[in-house]
Amino acid sequence: MATYLEINKKQINEEKWEEPFYINMGPQHPSTHGVLRLFLELEGETIVNCTPIIGYLHRGVEKLGETLNYNQAIVLSDRLDYIASAANNTAFALAFEKLMGLEVPRRAKLLRTIVCEMARICNHLLWLATHALDIGAMTVFLYCFRDREWLLNIYEKICGARLTHSYVRVGGVRQDFTQEIIDELYKFTEEFPPRIYDYETLIDVNRIWLKRTKGIAVVPPEDAINLGLTGPCLRGSGIAYDVRKFRPYDAYGEVDFVVPTGKNGDTYDRYRVRMEELRQSNFIIRQCLDKLPETQGEPVLAENAPDLLMPEKVKEPKPQPVPKKGVIFRGVEKPIVPVGEAFASIESPKGELAVYVVSDGSNKPWRLRIRTPSFVHISAIPYMAKNHMVADLIAIIGTLDIVLGDSDR
Amino acid sequence: MEELLNELKEKFSSVIVEIQEKDYPTLICKRTGFLDLIKYLKDEKGFKYLIDLCGVDYLNYKQKKFEERFEVVYHLYNLDSKILIRLKVRIPEDDCWQHSVTPLFMTANYFERECYDMFGISFKGHPDLRRILMPDDWEGHPLRKDYPVYLEEEQEWKTYKEFIQKVKK
Repeated sequence: MATYLEINKKQINEEKWEEPFYINMGPQHPSTHGVLRLFLELEGETIVNCTPIIGYLHRGVEKLGETLNYNQAIVLSDRLDYIASAANNTAFALAFEKLMGLEVPRRAKLLRTIVCEMARICNHLLWLATHALDIGAMTVFLYCFRDREWLLNIYEKICGARLTHSYVRVGGVRQDFTQEIIDELYKFTEEFPPRIYDYETLIDVNRIWLKRTKGIAVVPPEDAINLGLTGPCLRGSGIAYDVRKFRPYDAYGEVDFVVPTGKNGDTYDRYRVRMEELRQSNFIIRQCLDKLPETQGEPVLAENAPDLLMPEKVKEPKPQPVPKKGVIFRGVEKPIVPVGEAFASIESPKGELAVYVVSDGSNKPWRLRIRTPSFVHISAIPYMAKNHMVADLIAIIGTLDIVLGDSDR
Repeated sequence: MEELLNELKEKFSSVIVEIQEKDYPTLICKRTGFLDLIKYLKDEKGFKYLIDLCGVDYLNYKQKKFEERFEVVYHLYNLDSKILIRLKVRIPEDDCWQHSVTPLFMTANYFERECYDMFGISFKGHPDLRRILMPDDWEGHPLRKDYPVYLEEEQEWKTYKEFIQKVKK
């Protein structure tokens, strides 16, 4: 860190230099979507080299998770990607359920799917709003926030929170939907698709938008896999990898949807993929809502789901052939959670979110590893920004759809 | 799936110590010859996507059945045949290094830097091994089991202390 500051100082003091021009972008730059810092090496206005510096928002979620029990760890996951926290909750819950061998009731699966897809719509709307604002299209911003507000209000009715809702629990969800919420969601799914069309008419054929996005940050398919890009960024390059289709979880196995892909792998294609995903998410919510009456009255939490306050120790009596009078048996300590490890991944709105958990039998995870999409996407910035203008860097950060809370953990 | 595991077992009998059937097939590998195995998997068998690379510290783990302290865990995925496999390499504390796979997977760059930052496992052959999430002048490796969750006052980050003194003046 110090070295970059030294270079800057040297540059200011010297009147003339032959070296490339070094410039510091962030961590307070408004279009880096958080506290991302980029150290740029420029030649004229072209980027020769770009070094992302992250860690300003590091809160040690992985270390904290080792000190909390499984149900408390879910609350930490809200703070990772705070725009789509329902997706994070689901990833954690899936990993823990796999470890504990829990079977989730069908109604809970449907509710989770609805909540996850709502999170995807929320995320993509916010992405479209800020990305368009960064590039110079102001109007879309306000329209997108109007729709996002509607969804946040529905979230508030579901669980009482707007952003950090720990609605998904280990073994199911916290509570059932009321009829009012279902009616509201039906109304939303009716009215939302025409609005997507409206947004597209605002920017789809806008000459400035096309010039700023077409041919910017092209990633060929092989490199996209090698870089570890996932989600819409990978699908923009033409590879139809979607965890919802490849390793179905929750109710995604029984709903019908299409995985949209791009052709050229540039910023415009990634934009098209996300717009198509909005429609597909809306379609998935509609299908799940239609299936809800079949499971009316079923529980939304598995019977053997762990209590919110998991006990630190559980003892079972020692098996004795002949019980004696007046002797107290100490008992044997029983593991609360099976010893072992589990890996679960979901298609979060930003990409593949994977959780790897190792257990030692106690009520706390021994190791809680979170693979977040933003962390990997930031590592792709140097590759994508090479030989582009500084102004295009804004488009690249926007198109990768990063959240620094997600990457720094 | 079984064909692949049998083939790997035959071809890399000196590298693979054990094959475990868990939620995903888990190969426990030796450090020597590990690069050949992962290269073979990537180039010949189509495991082109490295989902995750992470370290695990097994200090004082009650159910431990091996001597080494650390493990580096790789999750590899084949996009065509939809197979996910897990590779594990055990690393002793006094000889704390592992081969870097950054030349093969560009994704591994940041993962390995994070693993180095959090566990102190150095990766041989990595182009730019620095701390990533913690500050450059941080002492210790936070995710090790012998690192406390709450630091004592003397152990606090020096730069922060200097900053506080500066502000007070």
